[in-house]
Amino acid sequence: MTPLVQAILDGLLVGGVYGVVAVGLSLVFGVLGIVNFAQAEFLMLGMYVAWFAWSFLGLDPMLGAVLALAAGFMLGYVIQRLLVQRVMSSDHVAQIFLTVGLLAVMENGALMIFGPDFRSVQTDAQMISYRLGPFFISAVYLKAFVAAVAISVALWALLNRTWLGRAIRATAQDAPAAQLFGINTRWIYGIAFGLGAALTAFGGGIVLSFAPAYPTIGANYVVLMFTVVVLGGLGSVMGALLGGLLVGIVQSASTLVLPIQLQNLALFVIFIAVLALRPEGLLGKAAK
Amino acid sequence: MMIELENVTGGYGHRTIIEGIDLLVAEGETVAILGVNTAGKTTLIRAISGALPHQKGHIRFEGRDISDDPPHARVSSGLACVPEGRHIFPQMSVVENLMVGAYHRRSSALDEDLEAAFTLFPRLKERRRQMAGTLSGGEQQMVSFCRAMMARPKLLLMDEPSHGLAPMMVEEVHSAINDVNSRGIAVLLVEQNVSSALRVASRGYVLDHGRITLEGTAGELADDPFVKKTYLGI
Ligand SMILES: Nc1ncnc2c1ncn2[C@@H]1O[C@H](COP(=O)(O)OP(=O)(O)OP(=O)(O)O)[C@@H](O)[C@H]1O
Ligand SMILES: [Mg+2]
Repeated sequence: MTPLVQAILDGLLVGGVYGVVAVGLSLVFGVLGIVNFAQAEFLMLGMYVAWFAWSFLGLDPMLGAVLALAAGFMLGYVIQRLLVQRVMSSDHVAQIFLTVGLLAVMENGALMIFGPDFRSVQTDAQMISYRLGPFFISAVYLKAFVAAVAISVALWALLNRTWLGRAIRATAQDAPAAQLFGINTRWIYGIAFGLGAALTAFGGGIVLSFAPAYPTIGANYVVLMFTVVVLGGLGSVMGALLGGLLVGIVQSASTLVLPIQLQNLALFVIFIAVLALRPEGLLGKAAK
Repeated sequence: MMIELENVTGGYGHRTIIEGIDLLVAEGETVAILGVNTAGKTTLIRAISGALPHQKGHIRFEGRDISDDPPHARVSSGLACVPEGRHIFPQMSVVENLMVGAYHRRSSALDEDLEAAFTLFPRLKERRRQMAGTLSGGEQQMVSFCRAMMARPKLLLMDEPSHGLAPMMVEEVHSAINDVNSRGIAVLLVEQNVSSALRVASRGYVLDHGRITLEGTAGELADDPFVKKTYLGI
C-alpha cells in the first residue's frame, strides 16, 4: 500500500505541472479553435529562459518561470498577430501547416542558437526531501506543485473575475456576439494565444527545476500535453488542470507495474481509451 | 435623426442580399421591418451592427458616419443588438452574460442596471447564477434583451425577439419593448408576427428580396392591401 500511496503523491505533485503545461494548449484551442502543434515549443523556450536566468542572474527556476511567462506571452502575442491571425478562418490544413512549421522553426532555431547540450540547474531544493510518516516528499516537486497551483488560481481569477477574462470567455463561446458588445475579438485572439504560450512557458520554467533543457524537449511533452487536454476536454481550462493531475498520477503509478521505459505506454492507452469512449473528455466542456 | 441609412448595399462574398436601402429612425421612435423569410431582414440588421463583411453606402448614427467602424466600436456610439437566435453565452451565468453587455463601459456601477433588469424580469433574478445555456428559450431571450440593455443603448436593434416563444412570452417581450420606448430609447424591430409588431411600432418598412418596397406609419401599413394579404392573412 505504501508504495502506491507514495506513487500517487509523486504523481499528484508532478501532475500539477503537467496541468499548467497543457492548459495553454487547451486555452488556445478553446478560444481560437486552433490546435497548436507548436505549443510544446513554448515549454522548451520557457526552460531556456529560466536556465539563463539561473545561470546568469542566479535566479531560482521558480522566479525564472515568471520571466518565462512574460517572454512566452510576448512571443505568443506577436506570433498570433503576425502569423496565426492569417489562418484563423482558413481550413484546418493551412492551420496545421502553420503550427507544425512553427514547431520546426522553433526547435531548429533553438538548436542553432543554444546548441544540442543538456542544460540543467543545481538548487538546494534538489537535495531536500520531507518526511511525512512513511512517505517522502521531495522539496523540488513540492515547490513545483505550489507554483503550478498558484498560477492556476491566478488564471482562474483572470478568467472569471476580470473584464479581460470575461471577454476571453465570451469570444470563445460566441465571437460574433462578443463583437456586438464591444469586444475586439482579433485583439482577444492575440491575448489568448499569448496567454496560452505564457502558461506553457511558465510550466517549462518549473520543469527546469527537476529536468534538463535541450532543444527537442518539446517532442517529449507533446503526447503528454495532448493526453491531458483530451482527458480534460479539448478547450476546457479546468479540465486541463485536473487532467494534468490524473495523468501525473497514472504515469507515476504505472511505474509500479511497468518498466520505466514503458511509462508512456499507460498514457497512450488512456489517450486512446478516452478518445474511443468519451471523446468530449472526462469533464466535457462544462468547465470552459 | 438617430440613425440614417443611405443607399446601403451588402451581402456575403460576392452575393448581394440587400440593395439600395434608405431607412430612418428618429430619436425615441420604434420602427418595424417586415418581410417574409429570406427577405434580407437579418442581413440589414447585421449591416447596421457592423457584422456584415462587405457593404456599400452610408450609415450615419446621430449624424456621424459609422460605415467604416468595426462592429466592436459601434456599441460605444450607442448601438446595441438583440441578435436573431439570441446568441447568449451558453457557458456563462446569467449575471455574467449581462455584464458582457456592459463591457464597453467596464464601469463598476453595474448594480443598478442589473437591478433594473431583474425588476423587469424577476425570473432572471432567481436564475442569476445558472448557466445561460441551460435556460429555456424564453429565458434566454430575456437574457439577450437585458444584455443589450446593459449597454445603455440609444438605439436597440431587435431581430425577431419573439421567435419561437409562447404567446404569453411574446406579450412579455412586447411590453418590455414598450418599457424601453418609454425610457426614450429608439428601437428597430424585425418581427415575423406582423400584427403585434405594428402595435408596438409607430412606423414600418417592408423588405422584399433585399429592397424596401413599402414604408409608412403603422396604421398605413396595417391598412395596406398588400400587407394585409401577405402578412396578416386577411
Ligand atoms: N452568412 C451567410 N452567408 C451567405 N448567405 C447568407 C448568410 N446569411 C444569410 N444568407 C442569405 O441571405 C439571404 C437573406 O437572409 P436573411 O437571414 O437576411 O433573411 P431574413 O429576412 O432575416 O430571413 P428570416 O425571416 O428567415 O430570418 C438568404 O438567402 C440567406 O440564404
Ligand atoms: Mg432573419
